[in-house]
Amino acid sequence: MAGSPEPAPRGAPSFGAPSPPGGVLIPAADLARVVDRMAHQLIERVASSGSDLGLADLVLIGIPTRGAPLARRLAARVEAFSGTAVDAGTVDITLYRDDLRLRGVRALESTVLPTAGIDGRLVVLVDDVLYSGRSVRAALDALRDLGRPRAVQLAVLVDRGHRELPIRADYVGKNVPTSRSQQVRVHLTEVDGVDEVLVTEGEQL
Amino acid sequence: MKRHLLEAADLDRGDATLVLDTAAQIDTALAGREVKKLPTLRGRTVVNLFYEDSTRTRISFELAAKRLSADVINFSAKGSSVSKGESLKDTALTLEAMGSDAIVVRHSASGAPHRLARWVRGSVVNAGDGTHEHPTQALLDAYTIRRRLGRLEGVRVAIVGDVLHSRVARSNVGLLHTLGAEVTLVAPPTLLPVGVGSWPVSVSYDLDAVLPKSDVVMMLRVQAERMNASFFPSAREYSRRYGLDAPRMAVLADDAIVMHPGPMNRGMEIAAEVADSVRSTIVEQVGNGVSVRMAVLYLLLGGNPTA
Repeated sequence: MAGSPEPAPRGAPSFGAPSPPGGVLIPAADLARVVDRMAHQLIERVASSGSDLGLADLVLIGIPTRGAPLARRLAARVEAFSGTAVDAGTVDITLYRDDLRLRGVRALESTVLPTAGIDGRLVVLVDDVLYSGRSVRAALDALRDLGRPRAVQLAVLVDRGHRELPIRADYVGKNVPTSRSQQVRVHLTEVDGVDEVLVTEGEQL
Repeated sequence: MKRHLLEAADLDRGDATLVLDTAAQIDTALAGREVKKLPTLRGRTVVNLFYEDSTRTRISFELAAKRLSADVINFSAKGSSVSKGESLKDTALTLEAMGSDAIVVRHSASGAPHRLARWVRGSVVNAGDGTHEHPTQALLDAYTIRRRLGRLEGVRVAIVGDVLHSRVARSNVGLLHTLGAEVTLVAPPTLLPVGVGSWPVSVSYDLDAVLPKSDVVMMLRVQAERMNASFFPSAREYSRRYGLDAPRMAVLADDAIVMHPGPMNRGMEIAAEVADSVRSTIVEQVGNGVSVRMAVLYLLLGGNPTA
């Protein structure tokens, strides 16, 4: 994982805090603001990185399902704030998952890379929820087969803790301490018709 | 999906569409990539058990399994203990004892894969059994049609030639019907199977009448090796009445395509200038075969092996 040494955004609750009660974690109005803030952080980090990589080298790659529209939204906001067009794409990780045998096969989603490719560029993986870190590991494996980026970073809308792998996000919309019995559901208008992040009690689906 | 893929009827409309969609996603995911390899079936073993000669099907399955990182064992009856008299069952049990997760089988006896499926715990994929079925060929044909024409529902497909001996025709009739296409079989009466009246198809003996009403013309190989009786007076006459040549191709609709499962008898059922024309999808079909077989292997083997 290519990371930067900066700490997680200040003001976010730490994982020591008690689990939040179920309900709406981020309502629609706030979700747009959270995405805007992440876009600003991206611009700031890339501009101040001191490397020769600029915003034009940035590629936002979403992990389906909901990472894909999220990456497109982030790219649009970065472009709106900075004036630089930013490439977005998606990478399906299904064929790279390590839990296919446990959870069975599922339909594949699309992999779409920008025509300029990802070689030598700054790839930021975008996902909705960071949990065990296994999806991100699968995405890193997929990226390795797709090209050789100069650096890879990770942006997530919600970090809910409980990592099972040494993976950390570079940009976090909101840190949410959860218990394993809870579910964090991100709904986006492109997929679900509504923008919101919910925390619910109970097992997956 | 069922654990085995033995015939087109094993796939309902949802399953068949899932295979085609998966193949399409694999195609786009691998297009233009330097490393055309996916780790999905790492540690799984696929045995290609071929009792009959094959070029494209065996290589296609081998490539599909290798692109998914499975270990592949190629077994051909020639040069194995089969020539010492080992039975299909013993061969299969031997291979399974060595840890095979899937057996891709081609056999000259219709129904051999069905027997095999009852003897082994892993998945069995029929890669052509006698004159019975060849389901992955039908899947790659459907995939090719969908890619070229953008749909399968309502597509008018003419399957022309030796339907009697053709496992490709049988599987295609079943699958295309499942997917909503309208199939017309065109053949001399001697080369149509007895029960064809109960198939979900229309039948014609007149190629020239069917061609203008077809979106897809699928030419079948004249299977000289299965011709143990005289089904038509002469090769020349067959070619004149049922061969697809340039003048016949000219009456096809503008976007109609010409397919052939291969291997071709150029000059017999299909003229060289037709096989090499822009309407011909023959080379495309071979390429699509790898993606479709990757999709099949992924869907059969990717999940829980005991499910």
